[in-house]
Amino acid sequence: MERPLTRNIRPHEPPLALEDYRRVGGYEAVRKALAQSPEAITETVKEAGLRGCGGAGFQTGIKWSAVPMGPDAPHPKYLVVNADEMEPGSFKDRLLLEGDPHQMVEAIIVSSFAIQADQAYIFLRGEYVLARRRLNAAIGEAYAAGLLGPRILGSDYGLELHVHSSAGRYMCGEASALLNALEGGRAIPRAKAVRTAVSGLWGKPTVVNNVETLCNVPHIVNNGAAWYQSLGLGDAAGTKIYGASGKVGRPGAWELPLGTALRAIIEEHAGGMRDGVAFRACLPGGASTAFVGEAGLDAAMDWHGMQSVGSRLGTGTVIVLDDQTCPVGMLLSLQQFFAQESCGWCTPCWSGLHWVASLLHRFEAGEATEDDFDLLRTQADHLTKGYTFCGLAPGAMESLASGLDLFRDDFMRHVSLRRCPWRT
Amino acid sequence: MLSEEERRDIELEAPHYATREALCIDALRIVQGHRGYVSDQALQEIADYLGLPLSQVEGAATFYNLIFRHPVGAQVIFVCDSVSCWIMGCERLLERLRAHLATDVGGTSPDGRYTLLTVPCLGACALAPVLMIGETLHGHVTADSLPDLLGKGA
Ligand SMILES: Cc1cc2nc3c(=O)[nH]c(=O)nc-3n(C[C@H](O)[C@H](O)[C@H](O)COP(=O)(O)O)c2cc1C
Ligand code: SF4
Ligand code: FES
Repeated sequence: MERPLTRNIRPHEPPLALEDYRRVGGYEAVRKALAQSPEAITETVKEAGLRGCGGAGFQTGIKWSAVPMGPDAPHPKYLVVNADEMEPGSFKDRLLLEGDPHQMVEAIIVSSFAIQADQAYIFLRGEYVLARRRLNAAIGEAYAAGLLGPRILGSDYGLELHVHSSAGRYMCGEASALLNALEGGRAIPRAKAVRTAVSGLWGKPTVVNNVETLCNVPHIVNNGAAWYQSLGLGDAAGTKIYGASGKVGRPGAWELPLGTALRAIIEEHAGGMRDGVAFRACLPGGASTAFVGEAGLDAAMDWHGMQSVGSRLGTGTVIVLDDQTCPVGMLLSLQQFFAQESCGWCTPCWSGLHWVASLLHRFEAGEATEDDFDLLRTQADHLTKGYTFCGLAPGAMESLASGLDLFRDDFMRHVSLRRCPWRT
Repeated sequence: MLSEEERRDIELEAPHYATREALCIDALRIVQGHRGYVSDQALQEIADYLGLPLSQVEGAATFYNLIFRHPVGAQVIFVCDSVSCWIMGCERLLERLRAHLATDVGGTSPDGRYTLLTVPCLGACALAPVLMIGETLHGHVTADSLPDLLGKGA
């Protein structure tokens, strides 16, 4: 089985330096790309069917196609790598950034060339200190080797690359809020009426892509669209870094064909449940996805498969809930996170999420009534798409709405016992 | 006024951005790096130096989790309290830390060595429960391994 994204990553070992990275074929994709037209690369990425790994699954080639090209296009143009990874339960981008920083840099050069970007930024989570050091080391080597800066490898194309270390807030991961953060302001989202591809950072054409999304690009350029499609199972194209956390035998992350069954990830790769606990349900793609119970485990972990069981692929990192852990407490932890990280821009979100968290707290404290359950239901129905300015609150409601359905009896036990059954 | 080192560090970032305004967050982080936290006075100094309204600098300073508006201890302990770490027992860990450091979350130990904070998911959920001491990540932390970690972090 091919694992293009993680082939150079060795646990507990430092990442490949430039020379070693080149020895295993690194930066070949830059050479190949520079010999083609930018449009041809975008076309190959489109054909390959690469979809965004930041959570929404938008087609990368289509996103790039919206950028104005040609001699009349406004400059500078920007490529921004979304390396803000802060979605609870998600830990795949850290692996790629720390494990193979040169792959990230190569991916940025090739992708920037495709949209003819002049400047690229890696918007990096402030807490990712090791990733920052390793990226800056790789970028330094790349500049020294003429892979960054003006006239890359003797071509007409030049690119500057800078790591921006964030001061931390979940909203920075939202693509338009990220641009406000990069411009030095608060991370509140922008109106979607104007497309970032036309008017983004400092009003110039800008593409924002996730770390994992971009890391696929050099491999697609090297091996072609058909090869990329052959990596996935069924209709799915490429590989995906899946992960699992919670009380499983071997929590971790693995690069597998996109379309691998959810059950295989939990039972084979994560080693099943730990001794003494049983599987209850899981959030398949991080904190902003809906719970999937036993009945949905045979679905494929891809865009269609997760939709068919009422959830989403999200970031592809599974959070497993076991039978010894209180589902209401888990929902409270999730909603406290969202309430705290709401940017405060629109009222349904900042006010509603705090209300949701306080209602869940009432259950955990043994103070809730059945009416509070209905109130939570109402909130879950109202904080959805179209009622808020960005996707944070609707994302928060995905686990809540599905959790209210799956765990109704657990909520009611909190009411009748007047305490959390899992706390003594 | 900002110190010479602070101004130098800010100017090292300047060529990477299209506007002076964009230096605001880097400036906050740089000043905090030198002084430990960002005081009201420091906000004014940054505003003056970058030529921005004070309200804009303050708006950014109060928005971001990693900008400290109060003095902190010699080291900051960031305990992940997000969902995977919660499942793996971060509440117990926090309880132990509160007792050990004799401070609540948000406070500093009486000896001034540690400030205790919670932080959203540190992107290391397979190692849950997880915490950072200063810039170093520690995984699979147990109540029993805490005293050792704190010894090392000093
Ligand atoms: C509240 C919120 C937080 C987000 N956080 C991230 C993040 O940390 N990393 C990321 O790549 N995308 C994140 N996204 C999705 C981005 O808005 C955007 O869709 C993505 O970066 C686009 O890249 P892709 O097409 O390569 O997936 C977030 C979205 C929302 C609404
Ligand atoms: S939904 Fe929440 S996070 Fe998004 S803009 Fe509104 S207040 Fe901000
Ligand atoms: S939930 Fe703690 S590191 Fe992810």
